[in-house]
Amino acid sequence: MLKGIHNGARLFVVDPRRTSSAQFAEKWLGLHVGSDIALANAVAREVLALGLENRSFIENATSGFEEFREHVQKYTAEYAESICGVPAHTIRELARAYATADRAVICWTLGITEHHNAVDNVLGLINLALLTGHVGRYGSGLNPLRGQNNVQGGGDMGAIPDRLAGFQHVENDELRAKFEQAWGVKIPPKKGLHLSGMFDAMERGELRALYVIGENPANSEADQHRGIKLLSGLDILVVQDMVMTQTAELADVVFPAAAGWCESDGTVTNSERRVQRVRRALPPPEGVRDDIETLCELSRRMGHDLGNPNAEEIWNEVRSLSPMHAGMSYARLEGTGLQWPCYDENHPGEQYLHSRLWERPVSGPLAPFSVVEYEPPVDGLNEEFPIRLTTGRRLDSYNTGVQTGRYASPLRFGETIDVSPEDAAKYSIQDGDAIRVVSRRGCVVAPARVDPSLRAGLVFMTFHFPDQVATNELTVDAVDPKSGTSEFKATAVRIEKIRKMEPVEV
Amino acid sequence: MDLHFTGDEPTAEEKAAVDGVTVSAAAPGGKRTYLLPVLHAIQNRIGWISPGALNHASRVLDVPPAEAFGVADFYGLLSTKQQPQAVAHVCDDIACKIRGADLLCSALEKLHGPEASSTDGKATWHRSPCLGLCEQAPAVLVRTAGPKHSDQLLACARATDVEAAMRGSEVWQPPLTESLPQAGHAGLKLLKRVGEVDPASLDEYRATGGFEALRQAIEMGPAEVIREVIASKLVGRGGAAFSTGQKWNAARSTSLPRYLVCNADESEPGTIKDRAILEGDPYALVESMIIAGFATGCEHSYLYTRGEYPLAARRMEHAIRECHLRGLLGDNILGTGVRFAIEQRIGAGAYICGEETALLNSIEGKRGEPRNKPPFPTQVGLFGQPTVINNVETLINLPHIVLEGGAAFATIGTERSTGTKLFCLSGHVARPGVYEAPFGITLRQILELAGGIGGSGKLQAVLLGGAAGAFVGPNDLDIPLTFEGTRAAGASLGSAVVMPFDDTVDLRPILLRIAAFFRDESCGQCVPCRVGTVRQEEILHRLKAGRTLTSPDGEVALLKEVGQAMRDASICGLGQTASSAIESALAKFPIFQDKLRESEA
Repeated sequence: MLKGIHNGARLFVVDPRRTSSAQFAEKWLGLHVGSDIALANAVAREVLALGLENRSFIENATSGFEEFREHVQKYTAEYAESICGVPAHTIRELARAYATADRAVICWTLGITEHHNAVDNVLGLINLALLTGHVGRYGSGLNPLRGQNNVQGGGDMGAIPDRLAGFQHVENDELRAKFEQAWGVKIPPKKGLHLSGMFDAMERGELRALYVIGENPANSEADQHRGIKLLSGLDILVVQDMVMTQTAELADVVFPAAAGWCESDGTVTNSERRVQRVRRALPPPEGVRDDIETLCELSRRMGHDLGNPNAEEIWNEVRSLSPMHAGMSYARLEGTGLQWPCYDENHPGEQYLHSRLWERPVSGPLAPFSVVEYEPPVDGLNEEFPIRLTTGRRLDSYNTGVQTGRYASPLRFGETIDVSPEDAAKYSIQDGDAIRVVSRRGCVVAPARVDPSLRAGLVFMTFHFPDQVATNELTVDAVDPKSGTSEFKATAVRIEKIRKMEPVEV
Repeated sequence: MDLHFTGDEPTAEEKAAVDGVTVSAAAPGGKRTYLLPVLHAIQNRIGWISPGALNHASRVLDVPPAEAFGVADFYGLLSTKQQPQAVAHVCDDIACKIRGADLLCSALEKLHGPEASSTDGKATWHRSPCLGLCEQAPAVLVRTAGPKHSDQLLACARATDVEAAMRGSEVWQPPLTESLPQAGHAGLKLLKRVGEVDPASLDEYRATGGFEALRQAIEMGPAEVIREVIASKLVGRGGAAFSTGQKWNAARSTSLPRYLVCNADESEPGTIKDRAILEGDPYALVESMIIAGFATGCEHSYLYTRGEYPLAARRMEHAIRECHLRGLLGDNILGTGVRFAIEQRIGAGAYICGEETALLNSIEGKRGEPRNKPPFPTQVGLFGQPTVINNVETLINLPHIVLEGGAAFATIGTERSTGTKLFCLSGHVARPGVYEAPFGITLRQILELAGGIGGSGKLQAVLLGGAAGAFVGPNDLDIPLTFEGTRAAGASLGSAVVMPFDDTVDLRPILLRIAAFFRDESCGQCVPCRVGTVRQEEILHRLKAGRTLTSPDGEVALLKEVGQAMRDASICGLGQTASSAIESALAKFPIFQDKLRESEA
């Protein structure tokens, strides 16, 4: 993005915090946490009011436009200002800039998706791309930025409850039969559970055994008290990880895992759907196995021999079952890799998706507008809990610190509760003061850090240092039923300055 | 503390070396702050940091041995591998490279074998980054370990000099006046005494106006001194050009204790100016530090001197001791009740320690890695306390400001760059050395002052501001040498390095040397710089070898992209400036493209 800005691209940042990205932006829209739909609908209304919608694209490639247009009429810029806290004229400016741009991209990360209405948030953004035709063309589109090098690859390979490799629906009999035939086993015909659903199933006593690979849910899940209690109550917990996480410490069996980026062969897939090769540079330490080896050995012990396939053989099986990967032989992945879909060995891969929407007439289904309504976050503010806590990550740390906590970083200063200068003055808070943060579910103590990038009424914490401050004891496990994601981004809290902090014995 | 040690025990000699350093647990920062002095003592005594000596040092200082090793391993002048007692560090950096450094290296290779090896087990040699003796290139730092340890910085070094020094003989060195073509000229301010007055003699210093400014400053009081410094519009001379008065003013309202640190770790390739002051007018720096400490309310200070400047360190140590004996430092300075102390710390070969927060970490006994800013040292600095850091040249302006008044000082130079400036001339110039001139002098004028272009007499390029600066061409000679003037020309004044190259110089190895320098000196903490400096050097190697991945233009575009990423995302100045000289050269001169197109044709 910085490269784009240096080349003259215009950047608008929509974020409750004035992040370092915002400092490179032409405009920062500091909206209230969870008010994204109001903003998106207001931008849509302004685009329509200015007559800047892409009529021919809408008519040719989309459905549901009239209903959508009706629906967004009430989201005037002034109405959105009252919900979002973003000045109406700035909303208009964004609408005009986005609609008149030759090419425009909307990128987002967890600020959009870690909400109880995550899917609606995304649909609200898709509406804007459909309205202006900023989709299906080179340089335009919608891009959820992935936090790790292979988040995309995990989903592509079917590590989601309702899909097999290549996003093939498990409840489609024909597709399922293809996999069953290749594997010689029966596949459950109903979709499985997502992460939050699994915790609910544990609570109901329906889920009694759990096999966790490369995750640390004991620290990363919302409402941590509950999560640890449920994990501890399982009949059997198996963890496969390269480090001894807190989840691994709760486990009955731990499989030490090789480091994927240097001790394994295989592929990773990044945000732009580019499949790239990873090569083993080092053998794993003694007693540590590659994930493939562990899974095959486990399968063998359970009575189903998968043989000893190497990474390329497994990849070739993926290619034989997942049409969008079919053309990606290891030989073709040398160099800079290929972007899916890539249907055969002569296919160059697709640089961008949805180009079919520009065909006349469109082949396949039309892209639907969605009617989405603003709903405030589940964990409401009131007199008792008047402050909005939002959580996130800092540049130098990953999630619960499993991968990053072992390395020094000049940017890291441990967990803090960041408060705006206004709230710091109101509560007489100075840097380093011990602050008790209380939500409807839990209470933690963290040192204060006065941060001018925050607005009054908003506080920020990470969850990188669970041993120091268990931030997720505060967060709400309200879940978006459509995506299974918890509303990490919006917790109602109150903050109290602790007068005297007892010295800690070390 | 629960420390885990290996079984390695120190020898009697190593124990004596460690125990010979006076360590005070009551010192600010505790015992750990003595780690670097202790490591120096070990290195000087046995020629390397052995595991047994390191264990003993860790026990004495209560430092985890793994961390102590990390510190020892960080610095270029400390060796964690056993090596011969005599080591020659041969500068092959830019100025020395065009003055025969590579020939000298070949001669040493014949005598001792390849770099870092030894034929007799008694002597070895290494290539070294800039030693700060560019005006008398090639330079060599010879260090011999043992009970009679010695460090000698050799000017215009020949192989026979290096051999003699490695055998322990003292090699005659030219007097400082050789490095100061203006010595004795009327009108010099900062260089008034340098080369003229005995740098060891406090009486001569006082006889030439020394300590008058301190007396006056104490009469004026701290607030008035700061007012004058603000009126003078003095800005820092280390390269960043921040207002000294503003920095001091901000420090005045912070909590106590508060520390003053003098950054005498100039190591920007081509920079030689602070050495001239440290060697030639050490009392002026002592006086300036006392004035700064008095004005900002600091009672304890550190002088962090480059490890490559042994003579400078000895002269400063002598001056500090003399001033203590004569009541000019200590608890009752000049009988006025003013308290101030200076502790000298010697660096150990790390360019990055010139960065202010890395320097603070080095004093604290940690690896010299920069901290993220903010907080700035004025708020959270040495040992977590507010700290005022100023460069040597910045400080020695103070006596003049106090005596003349800030307003008068501000009439010299330009509106935004006030006062006189020390310029570092080396490379192909007729009379290399340190020059003092008012800000605003043009590049052409300073080159004329130094006798014009040397070598072939035909100018190809000038490196302005050092390796972190930029190349300019023969058409840029009317650039006014001020902070704002150089910036407007797309360059930077930096530490005022002015290094011309004649038309016989092949700039390709010069750029490769600069790239190698930054790759080697990057501390490795933050990714853009750690990876970017390596990628930058690789690209230049590919261009030089004519084996580009895409095309020469593609490689240059990639180089710019890497440079932009380092500028955008590095936390300190090293990464932010690591590509500037190289990019400027490639933009100005068709260095690689032409050659490649020739070979392609």
